[in-house]
Parts: sequence; structure tokens; C-alpha cells
Amino acid sequence: MQKIIVCIKRVVDYNVRIRVKPDGSGVMLDGVKMSVNPFDEIALEEALRIKERGTNIEVVAVSIGVADTQQQLRTALAMGADRAILVQTDLPVEPLTAAQTFLAVANKENPDLIFLGKQAIDDDANQTGQMLAAIWQRPQATYASKVEISGGKASVTREVDAGLETIEVDLPAVVTVDLRLNEPRYVKLPDIMKAKKKPLEVTSLEALGVSTAVLLKTVKTEPPAQRQKGVMVKDVAELVGVLKKKGLI
Amino acid sequence: MHKVLIVGEHDGKTLNPATAKCVTCAGGIPDVEITIVILGADTAAVAGQAAAVAGVKSVLRVDRPENQHPLAAIFAPQLAALAADYTHIFGPSTSFGKDLMPRVAALLGVPQVSDLMAVEGAYLFKRPTYAGNAIVTVQADPARKLIATVRVASFESAKAGGNAAVESKSLSVALPSHTRYVGAKSGSTDRPDLQTAKRVVSGGRALGSAENFKLLFSLADKIGAAVGASRAAVDAGYAANEMQVGQTGKIISPDIYIAIGISGAIQHLTGIKDARTIVAINKDGEAPIFEVADVGLVGDLFQIVPELERLVSG
Ligand SMILES: Cc1cc2nc3c(=O)[nH]c(=O)nc-3n(C[C@H](O)[C@H](O)[C@H](O)COP(=O)(O)OP(=O)(O)OC[C@H]3O[C@@H](n4cnc5c(N)ncnc54)[C@H](O)[C@@H]3O)c2cc1C
Repeated sequence: MQKIIVCIKRVVDYNVRIRVKPDGSGVMLDGVKMSVNPFDEIALEEALRIKERGTNIEVVAVSIGVADTQQQLRTALAMGADRAILVQTDLPVEPLTAAQTFLAVANKENPDLIFLGKQAIDDDANQTGQMLAAIWQRPQATYASKVEISGGKASVTREVDAGLETIEVDLPAVVTVDLRLNEPRYVKLPDIMKAKKKPLEVTSLEALGVSTAVLLKTVKTEPPAQRQKGVMVKDVAELVGVLKKKGLI
Repeated sequence: MHKVLIVGEHDGKTLNPATAKCVTCAGGIPDVEITIVILGADTAAVAGQAAAVAGVKSVLRVDRPENQHPLAAIFAPQLAALAADYTHIFGPSTSFGKDLMPRVAALLGVPQVSDLMAVEGAYLFKRPTYAGNAIVTVQADPARKLIATVRVASFESAKAGGNAAVESKSLSVALPSHTRYVGAKSGSTDRPDLQTAKRVVSGGRALGSAENFKLLFSLADKIGAAVGASRAAVDAGYAANEMQVGQTGKIISPDIYIAIGISGAIQHLTGIKDARTIVAINKDGEAPIFEVADVGLVGDLFQIVPELERLVSG
């Protein structure tokens, strides 16, 4: 094990209350707090723990996005990544395009492992890791809640609908992480200072030879149907009465 | 004519109900012909169940020893090999479909639309983003094959009573050996399955321990309900991971959802938006769960739940 790539996405912070623009053209992003996608933080934490257990393992954080995505990559460097690569673009990036971009980076870097979050909390697509594994022609282990590396293999426990499933994959491989894999560390001030000196390379989709064709067009964005606030009951007897009347119990 | 291939989910014995929901979703596409494909080691029984789903034209069986376990790396190349005859390939938004379908899409070099919640046209769909707080309408390119996952909570199951033709396919696709199934651990119980249950009792951090969760199991057994949990309860080890409801857990649509000691974070609410009736029990009258609850009761769950159990059985 020599190199791990962690893919990072800049997303609206999970505490922000999302508002849809009145004209239906998207969600309001002006002045909204942006963060590292929470799943990607977990992905990075896992890579750092593997690095800390091993020797001479390099962790490279890679992101695709606007110039300000450097902020999230600096956070990744402060957490402990060795260097970062920003594929800078102002275009919205679809999962297939993201996968093709990460493939281009992987072909240059030849990592043993690529970690990603299982989904980004903005588009909730849950596609990029699987797509990357497909076009890289390597194994995928999605929704990881436990990762064990030994002898060129990874044993990954996955959170699936029925419970937990364990698979073994040969490295190099793509692993996408779920919430219970670990708890990411907090960054300390000295780490933030140190991160400023770490290398952050900026490149572009064009330089990597990735097509920017729009494959899926978002024609409208609207708020979800709101549920009506219901009735409050004063005690259990009244609750049971209401539910019986509705034929629910 | 649109030809939709639906990837059937099963455990070797039984067709997962998510499949019949995908059929309903696909049925919303104009001028459509629906095929279900079942990959497995021995799919005779499951293929028979798929053939009985109303609205299905044909069922394909792809039997191979390597298909014993649903590994995306094994299934995807076989589905890609079948793709030529179809305009759309759908799978359910379950852990099975979410893992598999993007790998199929990427092998074909086409995009995927995740979590279809409404069909507006053959290439026009609605889907949720931002934990369900922004619904987008997506237009896909009719010149390309479309891969999608179906948000099963948005669709009723297609009825039984179909009589589709079943055909065995042998595909000469080379399969990788880099991915191996090791084993599974499931908390399978006699209780109804969370994803398809009509009634769900769900607990949050307030339960305080795995021991106290037994209060909910006991209530659930009285009313024939499945038991769910918030992420906080799962993270704390009070409940098993497969019980988590929400953005990153299960998205469910029971007739009644009883949220007990759950605050109602947006990530949790995403999972229950389609519940017909939401009941909230919480000691904090200001808890956000009451904003979406049809029936709310403010109070201490440790008093309310035992009393509720007594009164429903009485
Ligand atoms: C990326 C991401 C994804 C997430 N995905 C999910 C998800 O899929 N599902 C999910 O649930 N969460 C998810 N979360 C977490 C979510 O934000 C909340 O933290 C979580 O839902 C809170 O769980 P809770 O309601 O049990 O706990 P709390 O928010 O702590 O609420 C406990 C509630 O219990 C009440 N209470 C306490 N004692 C009693 C008592 N004796 N009787 C009655 N009421 C009592 C309190 O008033 C409070 O309202 C996610 C978060 C992130 C960042």
C-alpha cells in the first residue's frame, strides 16, 4: 500500500435549511455555508487511519469544483492529507463526468485505493464511486462500515438493507463509505497553519481530457409537497381513540 | 415503443416487493413494454414470481453459479450485455440497486437518474435532492439508453395476475474474479419487514439503551408493526443498522409511522415523508417532528408507551 486517493465534494453544509428559488431555477446558494460532504470526511478519516497504521502511505485529496473548493481541500490537508488536486470548473458536474475525471487522475497517480463518500448530500445521487470502479475496471465495495487491508486485499463490511454483508476485493479498489465507519477527527489550529504549506495543484477538465457534455438537464426545481400540521392529543386514551377512528390500529 | 428492462431483486427464494414497485414506475412510461431479468444461481422459482406480476411482458432468467450472490462487479457486465435490446434499464433504490445500477450505466457510458419518484414522460422524471428538500425535474437524452433507480416508496406495487413468458438466457460474458462474497449477518426477525410494513414503530436517542428498545418491540408485536430507529439510536448501539430510517437509511411509506423520542431532523423526515399517518410522541412540545405529525402527544415515552400498549390490546 503506497497511495490512497480520497475524493472530496464541496456541498451546502448539512445544517443549512435548503430553500428553493421562487423561479424554480435551483436552490439558493448565495452566502450559504459550504462544507466537505460529511461522507467524504469519513472517507478521508479512514484513509488517514490506514496511513497512520502503515508506513510511507501518501493520501491525496482530489476535488472537482469552483475555485473556492480550495477551502474544502485545505480542510482535507489540515485533517492530514499530504497533498491535494483541484480540477477546477464552474460547470455543474454530473456523476459520470466526476467518475471520468477521477479516472483520469487515477491513471496518473496509480493509487492502491480510492475512497469516496457513498453519496453527496446535495444531489444524493449515490453513483460516482460505482461508476468510477466500472470504468477503472476495478472492484467496488460500497456502503462500508468496516475496512480491513492485508496482503493486497481489502475485506469490507457493507451496510445493506438486510443487515451487514462482507466482501473481499483485490486492490486496487474503490471503497465508498457509510456513516458508521468512523468518526472524523477535528482539525486543530496548528494543523490549519501547516496545511497552508502543503501542495495544492490546480488543473482542469480540459487538461485531463474529460468531456463536459451535459447528459441530464434539470428543467425545474421545486419544494416538496408540505405535510399539514395535524392535531395534538392530550393523553394516550385520546390518541388511541383517534387511531381507532382512522382504522389504523 | 419503449422497452424497459427491470433488474429483479431477490434472495434466491423470493422476489423482493421492490421489483413490483419498479414495474408500476415503468408502467408510467408511454408506449412501454416491460421485461424483468432475474440473475441468480437457480432462478426458476423467483422467475415464476416475476412472471406473475401484472404488466410484465417477459421474464429473462440468467442462471450461473457466479450469480449466487448479488455482487455488482459480477452482475453489471451481464446486464450491460443484455442492454442492447432496451431503451431503459431500471433497478430499485435499495442497497442492491443503488450498488449495481451505476456500474451498469458507466459500463454503457450513459448517465443514471437516481430515485425516480414520478414519471412525467419517457425521458422526463422527478427526483428528490438535498434530503428531499428540493425536487428536481430531470430531462434525459432520448438518443441514449437511460439507466435509473426507482424510489420504491413513491410507487404502489403492481398487482399479481400476470402471465409473462419466461425465457432462459445464456450470456457468454467474462466475469471478474477480483470481488468475492464472504458472508452476511442479518438481524432477521419474525416481525414484518421495515420496508414493506403497513405499520412502523420507531425509536430515537431518547430510548437510552438497547434494553429500553424492547418497549418498542413489545408495542410493535401487539399491533403487528415493524420497528425502525433514528440514526442517533443506531449510532448509539440501541438498534441495528438495518433499522435506520432516513436520508441514509430506509425510505418507507407505511400507513402509520409512530415516532417515539425522535426529534425530527430533516435527514430523518426524508425517510417518512410518504407515510400516510405520522404519530409523534415526544416530551418536547417544540420538537420539529410535531410540524409534520398528523397526531402528536407531548409527554414522557416511558409512561406513554406501556400505557399505549395496554390500551391498544384492550
Ligand atoms: C449526512 C447525514 C445523514 C444523516 N442521515 C440520517 C438518517 O438517515 N436518519 C436519521 O434518523 N438521522 C440521520 N442523520 C442524523 C440527524 O441529523 C439527527 O442527528 C438524528 O436523526 C437525531 O436522532 P434522534 O431524533 O433520535 O435524536 P435527538 O435529535 O437527540 O432527539 C431525541 C428526542 O427525544 C426527545 N426525548 C428525550 N427524552 C424523552 C422522553 N423520555 N420521552 C419522550 N421524548 C423524549 C427529545 O425531546 C428529542 O426531541 C444524518 C445526519 C447527517 C449529517
